Amino acid sequence: MKISRIGLGVTALATAGLLVLSGCASGDTDKPDASGNGVVTANGTEPQNPLIPTSTNEVGGGRIIDSLFAGLVYYDAKGEYHNEVAQSFEPNADFTEWNIELNNDWKFSDGTPVTANSFVDAWSYGASLKNAQLNRYFFNMIEGYQEEAQSDLTGLTVQDDTHFTVKLNSGDPEFPLRLGYSAYYPLPESAFDDMKAFGQNPIGNGPYKLASDDAWEHDVQIKLLPNENYDGGRKAANGGLTFVFYSGLDSAYADLLSGNLDVLDEIPENSLEVYRDELGDRAVTQPAARNQTFTIPERLDHFAGEEGTLRRAAISMAIDRDKIGEVVFKGARSTMVDFTSPVIAGFNDNLKGKDVLEYNPTKAKELWAEADKISPWSGTFTIGYNSDSNHQSWVDAVSNGIKDNLGINAEGKPYATFAEFRAAVTDRTTTGAARAGWQADYPSQYNFLGPVFGTGAGSNDGDYSNPEFDKLIAEGSQQTDETKKYADFSAAQEILLEDLPVIPLWYQNATGGFSESVDNVVFGWEMVPLYYQVTKK
Amino acid sequence: MAWYFFRRVLQMIPVFIGATFLIYFMVFALPGDPVLAMFGDKTPSPAIVAELRAQYNLDKPFIVQYLLYLGGLFTFDFGTSFSGRPVSDLLASAFPITFKLAMLAIAFEAIAGIAIGLFAGLRKGKLFDASALVVSLLLISVPTFVIGFVLQYVFAVQLGWVNATVGQGAPLKDLILPAIVLASVSFAYIVRLTRTSVSDNLGADYVRTATAKGLSRGRVVRVHVLRNSLIPVVTFLGTDIGALMVGAIVTEGIFNIKGVGGTVYQAIIRGEGPTVVSFVAVMVIIFMVANLLVDLLYALLDPRIRYAK
Repeated sequence: MKISRIGLGVTALATAGLLVLSGCASGDTDKPDASGNGVVTANGTEPQNPLIPTSTNEVGGGRIIDSLFAGLVYYDAKGEYHNEVAQSFEPNADFTEWNIELNNDWKFSDGTPVTANSFVDAWSYGASLKNAQLNRYFFNMIEGYQEEAQSDLTGLTVQDDTHFTVKLNSGDPEFPLRLGYSAYYPLPESAFDDMKAFGQNPIGNGPYKLASDDAWEHDVQIKLLPNENYDGGRKAANGGLTFVFYSGLDSAYADLLSGNLDVLDEIPENSLEVYRDELGDRAVTQPAARNQTFTIPERLDHFAGEEGTLRRAAISMAIDRDKIGEVVFKGARSTMVDFTSPVIAGFNDNLKGKDVLEYNPTKAKELWAEADKISPWSGTFTIGYNSDSNHQSWVDAVSNGIKDNLGINAEGKPYATFAEFRAAVTDRTTTGAARAGWQADYPSQYNFLGPVFGTGAGSNDGDYSNPEFDKLIAEGSQQTDETKKYADFSAAQEILLEDLPVIPLWYQNATGGFSESVDNVVFGWEMVPLYYQVTKK
Repeated sequence: MAWYFFRRVLQMIPVFIGATFLIYFMVFALPGDPVLAMFGDKTPSPAIVAELRAQYNLDKPFIVQYLLYLGGLFTFDFGTSFSGRPVSDLLASAFPITFKLAMLAIAFEAIAGIAIGLFAGLRKGKLFDASALVVSLLLISVPTFVIGFVLQYVFAVQLGWVNATVGQGAPLKDLILPAIVLASVSFAYIVRLTRTSVSDNLGADYVRTATAKGLSRGRVVRVHVLRNSLIPVVTFLGTDIGALMVGAIVTEGIFNIKGVGGTVYQAIIRGEGPTVVSFVAVMVIIFMVANLLVDLLYALLDPRIRYAK
């Protein structure tokens, strides 16, 4: 045999390689075209859960669900609510029972009508423990709900096709306000036959519908088209919406700059300093209903009682929020002056005692020294965070401020993953403070206060409890007069400013941008653009 | 030869079982609770956490979880991800893309790297050789993500010649730039490896003999120099196939390629045992097959190597 062995080897390898490449290439199609037929492309991420309203609790799936479904009410950019499927809400005298009337001409995109049953069945499904829906706790104010056991929502009664009543565990004049959240969307009858299949191929009654049966290409994109059966306040102004799933914001930003992406709802950290220059008037920066804090649990040594109050105030005053916000976040954060958010109705930037949130190293040192007289400080003050997300820089900056100004050891304590961090917070095994924050589910001050600081509330990770505070928010949530309601919530927050169960840091601003080929890009109160309003040039 | 091949394949079985067991254990031992992480910054009630744990078999002891997973493998059931997708779907969508990318990168680094290395080796000390050395040194010392971002910015954002990210279906034209970025470091190593090897062999006795025999320069270089110089290069390429298949996470991130690296990273962060283990198991197989291929290629390159029974 005189055939060169090497020649044989190389030829074989090359042939195999070519075969593989040509085999793979046969399925190729082009990129979603950013120009043409009015379809807007927007940044998205692969949904982490099936597309069922009650099991979607993260923004990647949330913005798709919000486009596919319409609830009883919807929120405008400012967070005010308007009737969508609902025609009217009629409460009884003490707001414990609500009579809800629906518009009778609503249809799902498959043509079946939206009835009172569509809501009642969907809510009952979401509240049932055996279905293990991530948004289950949103039904906890409806009669019959049990947190720790299988329960039926006995408070829901269908009167006829367009009427149903809801009995609440306690009176809530704000009840309709929360109903724009995705957990309260209706489901068509066909969903209950096979919820697993429905989660891959949802049928909704919202401004958009899935473009086809295989519109959701996992990890790549999801294509939505306007739903011709939709006739509400969020009618699509464009020819369709394609969410392209990115694994990181940097690549989405590169696509925006090169004109392959129309709407980007968050600027990557690396580009925060330059995006206003690079995008000009196509850059967006505006406040949103999200804040960033850290919790100091009362179970920690030195942080209970009188001593704890002094130390919390000292730590708060040792942090130069303005400067860190500017240096670390390049303007993507604004210093907090309360415990809610400036975009939520009732916001009060003049609370009594808010000077505890101002940078004052001298006062901080004095308070710390006073606390040392009660019981001398020992050890290291730590702030726990998950290092799989961008937290390290601000935690280090805050710790350094505390260290320099109070003359104690302070440092960040990284947890490798979010799962590890949340487990430590939930099991109460953190040995120091822990980063925290709240994003509103619905635009209400109560949502920033009740679930986070109420005694025994679900997200009260620091186990804070103050009967005075509980009383004020309970009263406030019962007020029908807005001035009185906001006065109660302000008074409740003034108590928080004294106790400081969490140290408020910054409000998060929405940062985003859009391409030259679209117009009318408006960001809502929750940092998500109103995609249905975007028009294509 | 056939017996050798058979024995090597047989060896893969215990390695495969051992590897999946170890990896499953490591994912199981990861601190934290994947179910709690599903709720974001909100704290769920214990009842619903227990219900979800039961649904994903997370409430069972480790060995039961592993046996359930292994049992599923025999029916080609790789488990499901937390988003309700079968892991087999994830495998089927991620591996072809990464494979395409890795093959392009290998092709690029093998063809360009060997050609440039050969020229540089033949003209040792000349201008071409010196510049090849400088460029390869540069590529080795600059981190991949810097090369990636710079090339993306220049060719996609500024010049607009290619798309900044890889689109639907990962078409070849979108993958060329990422493949070059991915191959850059290995390319530099291959240039240096080939160059040194070629220049060493040029001074070998058998090359002098071949030249003295009156063979043409071309034939001496092709048959006597290059072939002998390729042995270390082929070893490197073989292990590199494996490394490129699994180590493309940085490049995949920059160009938004939905390949193996990114999927595994996300699965580790979320604590999705079945996804991590299935992906790593396939990676282990790829490494083993690539190593076997390299060992077989040695025999083709060097007639002195024979595999015993």
